[in-house]
Amino acid sequence: MDTWTFGWTVALIGMGGTMLVLWILSLLILLLKKLFPQNAQPAERS
Amino acid sequence: MEVALISGLQGLFLGLVALTPGQALMILVGCGLLYLGIRKGYEPLLLVPIGFGAILVNIPLADMMGKDGFLRFFYDFGVLTEIFPLLIFIGIGAMTDFQPLLENPKIILLGAAGQFGIFLTLLLALAVGFDKLDAVAVAIIGACDGPTAIYVSSKFAPHMLGAVSVAAYSYMSLVPLIQPPIMRALTTDKERKIVMGVAKRPVSKTTKILFPIVVTIFASILAPKGAPLIGTVMLGNLMRESGVVERLKSAAENEIANIVTLLLGLSIGATMEAANFLRAQTLLVLALGFIAIGLDTAVGLLFGKAMCLLTGGKINPLIGAAGISAFPMSARVVQVEGQKYNKKSYLLMHAMSANAGGQIGSVIAAAVMLSVLQGMGIIAG
Repeated sequence: MDTWTFGWTVALIGMGGTMLVLWILSLLILLLKKLFPQNAQPAERS
Repeated sequence: MEVALISGLQGLFLGLVALTPGQALMILVGCGLLYLGIRKGYEPLLLVPIGFGAILVNIPLADMMGKDGFLRFFYDFGVLTEIFPLLIFIGIGAMTDFQPLLENPKIILLGAAGQFGIFLTLLLALAVGFDKLDAVAVAIIGACDGPTAIYVSSKFAPHMLGAVSVAAYSYMSLVPLIQPPIMRALTTDKERKIVMGVAKRPVSKTTKILFPIVVTIFASILAPKGAPLIGTVMLGNLMRESGVVERLKSAAENEIANIVTLLLGLSIGATMEAANFLRAQTLLVLALGFIAIGLDTAVGLLFGKAMCLLTGGKINPLIGAAGISAFPMSARVVQVEGQKYNKKSYLLMHAMSANAGGQIGSVIAAAVMLSVLQGMGIIAG
């Protein structure tokens, strides 16, 4: 594989992949917050 | 007797005679790093042992990176095996509070944009002639995350570890100088004055405990090559949030982190032998590292501007600059800059969200890059 094919492939998939993974993580965080809202929790120890 | 005395005296000067100009220069570089760490307070925990390691390894005839040298032992044991950066990551996870990010999860996208400098710098490194894996090692300086840079460069370009590490830690400490001019150049006066509302959304303890577990499973499955990076950070964070292993958490963020930081710093300094370090390539690495962090900041700001546009002006684009991994320094820079233009603007908590996103983002970006390289057959599976 030539240098530029390598470079552009890693750059494009890297940027897109990082954005995608973090976007899905943000959705997972929202889901966790929906499933376990603060007001449904017993008082925290600290 | 006279001959013996003369020979004995000559022995005292052997080191001086053997000192090369390159070694003398590298000893000065080591002293320079000590000056930056001690006098200027730039990342002293790393720059002091790195600087001292650089001095030690350039002492002629001491052979500290030789087969039986004590620096070689630390390097082989902790850096070549990638154990040291991973142990540091456990400590970082134990020290990091992801609450601001959990309160405002969409801000995590700024943490992704803040990593784009890595990939853009990869292209620049290839353009100036670095080979593929060397370019990856240079680009990872853009993660603005010392342990990630060390992990990747020790894996794929160990001969560049010294330059990459020094660049990563030096530029991290220079974030307050690097970012503000870019922030001013890429945002308008009106944008810098935007006041963001208080976004206090409480997060349950269960969510905080599940977060590191979910991130580890999900992100590691998507990017298995980065599982050690993700897993160690999240293990540390789980120990913090679970509240049931206080001793382990305390050890991870204190004793283990301190010992490993010392040995890691010495080991990095030990890679700065004159023959390896004094090359034109080192200057290129330093220059590209600087560009990488500038690009991270620029893309983060541009993404912040896009979010500002999409939300009808509710997001101050300055917080995009905090989407890098220099935590919490970058968030503080954003707060200071915001206050310069609007005294009523308190961006700190929003910037902390972006900054926490940048911490995760840097690890995810490295993991994604490693997995892409594996998928392309550039690195072994």
